[in-house]
Amino acid sequence: MSQRMHIRGGRVVCPAQDLDQATDLYIADGIIAGLGQAPDGFQAETTVDAEGMLVLPGLVDIGTHLREPGARHKADITSELRAAAAGGITTVCSSPATRPVVDSTAVLELVLGQADKAGSSRLTPLGALTAGLEGEHLSQMASLRRAGCVAMSDGGSPVVNTLVLRRALEYAATQGITVILTPQEPDLTRGSAMHEGWVATRLGLAGIPVAAETVALSRALALVEETGARVHFARLSSARGAALLARARRDGLPVSGDVAMHQLFLTEMDVSGFASDCNVLPPLRSDSDRDALRRAVADGTLQAICSDHQPHDADAKAAPFVASEPGISGLDTLLGLALRLEDEGVLSLSAAVSRVTSGPAELLGLPGGTLRPGAPADVCLVDPREPWWVTPETLHSRGRNTPFLGWELTGRVRQTLVDGAIVHAAGPETA
Amino acid sequence: MNGRDIQLDDQGRLRHFLTTEGLPREMLERILDTAGSFTGVIEKSIKTVPLLRGRTVINLFFEASTRTRTTFELAAKRLSADVLNIDVATSATSKGESLLDMLRNLEAMQCDMFVVRHAESGAAQFIAEHLGDDVAVINAGDGRHAHPTQAMLDMYTIRRHKGAFEPLRVAIVGDILHSRVARSQIHALNGLGAGEVRVVGPRTLLPRDVERLGVQVYHDIDAGLRDVDVVITLRLQRERMQGALLPSEQEYYQLYGVSRERLAVAKPDAIVMHPGPINRGVEIESAVADGEQSVILNQVTNGIAVRMAVISMCLEGRGTRAATEEAE
Repeated sequence: MSQRMHIRGGRVVCPAQDLDQATDLYIADGIIAGLGQAPDGFQAETTVDAEGMLVLPGLVDIGTHLREPGARHKADITSELRAAAAGGITTVCSSPATRPVVDSTAVLELVLGQADKAGSSRLTPLGALTAGLEGEHLSQMASLRRAGCVAMSDGGSPVVNTLVLRRALEYAATQGITVILTPQEPDLTRGSAMHEGWVATRLGLAGIPVAAETVALSRALALVEETGARVHFARLSSARGAALLARARRDGLPVSGDVAMHQLFLTEMDVSGFASDCNVLPPLRSDSDRDALRRAVADGTLQAICSDHQPHDADAKAAPFVASEPGISGLDTLLGLALRLEDEGVLSLSAAVSRVTSGPAELLGLPGGTLRPGAPADVCLVDPREPWWVTPETLHSRGRNTPFLGWELTGRVRQTLVDGAIVHAAGPETA
Repeated sequence: MNGRDIQLDDQGRLRHFLTTEGLPREMLERILDTAGSFTGVIEKSIKTVPLLRGRTVINLFFEASTRTRTTFELAAKRLSADVLNIDVATSATSKGESLLDMLRNLEAMQCDMFVVRHAESGAAQFIAEHLGDDVAVINAGDGRHAHPTQAMLDMYTIRRHKGAFEPLRVAIVGDILHSRVARSQIHALNGLGAGEVRVVGPRTLLPRDVERLGVQVYHDIDAGLRDVDVVITLRLQRERMQGALLPSEQEYYQLYGVSRERLAVAKPDAIVMHPGPINRGVEIESAVADGEQSVILNQVTNGIAVRMAVISMCLEGRGTRAATEEAE
């Protein structure tokens, strides 16, 4: 239940307002009612002493797979939205790559219904760009958007036919719909699971060259030039990919990009012992790619960092590297790793917060990601002093498949609010 | 990591043999020395030693093989172990699952050793990690990753013909990209201190950044073979034409086939090796394969002694399964 709440004396970091200072936050009727100063006649039902805590906009994660419908043995909407809430994430964009695919309003309504029942973080599903994500027929994107899809996505399965892609972009542009594309050239990706480089050479694994990304990006950029479609590129993985995107943005094309959080910390070296938890697509690349991605996040070329959450059951990863299923369970570590970007001197705290709040929210026109008065009261209270270990027991997602097991992160989520209602709360002594 | 952590026990003894990468030089030499002592046994009229009586070795082959499986079987039998062969056809769709399920079943069989061949790189290590400590695993070839016993029998052959490794220049010619043998040879040669290791082939058959494995890269075979002591030719699979890696076998032979003429630039006493099976007229001229510089058949014979060595070394430090259980 939403209530009138006074969050007192916390360090409020709201990049959308260029704000980073100790102040008070007032919540009423599910929205931010005031910042610094109580609205007239405000009487708090609850006061939270937030001194020494970070008060952030709830995180916005634009890249997740929740596995429902179709793979509930791995995870489901309820489990993962609760995990999101526990990780300070209040808005979750889910991939349309489910079984069945989110390419009709019927499937969309099922998904939204499940999210409603979960009563946790808000779900804003992405719709499929093509029917069945098969790359042949356009999906009914206008109806999908009317029914609640914030953007149309290729769901990680690139549209192979260039003519179909061009028409999808033209149609989307007509309707003013943002398209999310995963830049991966299938011919250069097939049969491989890791970056083409010396680690793949040592391990005897077929490699995915950086050109798998740049070829696909170049094709899509050429089509954006012609169609004027607004395109967001999901999950960039390479220095050259980021450079292509930066140039296109300088040229004024309506394009943007994001990166998965794990790409900013891990490299091909982490695959060294055939670590199937590091089997991920696009693959973990070289040190210099990781460094370039960090720079691209810092200079704003990449405006958003997402979890690329892909929870798996244990069996999916219990296989030799290539035979294991790709993907990392990322909801639980998104915030902790974002804060670590500040610790490692990659970004200021405000910039790190923006990449997981206002940055992604602005990209897709989502209502959250800010603490501006009048915005939905999606808030995350974090104790930045408290370290925690990533272990199977501390994860909330049903997917335990993370290469960050054993890492120590700082920043414990104390409380998560969605529309002013508490969707997650942890006491100081709770492990 | 890459297997080297789990290959040795805390006293530095061999527990599993998964890759030649990262093994200490003394261990590589010990394998060769042990193989040397078994060569005497093989050449005698009584060909068995009672070293592993009561032990069970299972040959677990997920990929077809005749020579490797047969020599492993012979090696284990000459050590007096019981041998069981299991051939498992893998379906492309359920590789991972069938492997895991299979392991759970095999774990219950209480055998002492698995000799594993599998089409996936990393499969042998995966199996070693998922079985209990009581079972040793020998990698008989995993994907493109490693084929360490083949590499060690090649090292054994080189040592018998050439002695010390330090002064040697070795050229590996052909399809390095797909070759688990080449990778294991490169690590073994570098581990044993070989003077120079070269790889020779077109860029389509060389893996990315291969020089970081510690090799010199040559695209021109005449330059690559100049003054070498050992020439290792690799088998060229027919499928490589389909994958657009090469235009034709004829053009490959013209550019990279090891012929008598080409061999003339190597040292006069250079030896020629091939892990087999040979495609005559594709990667090697018949006259070279059967010529006096060829040691290809010696390689096959040495395979038994080397496999006896690694099987016995991996089981040496371990009690039998039965004895361990009684003690518990």
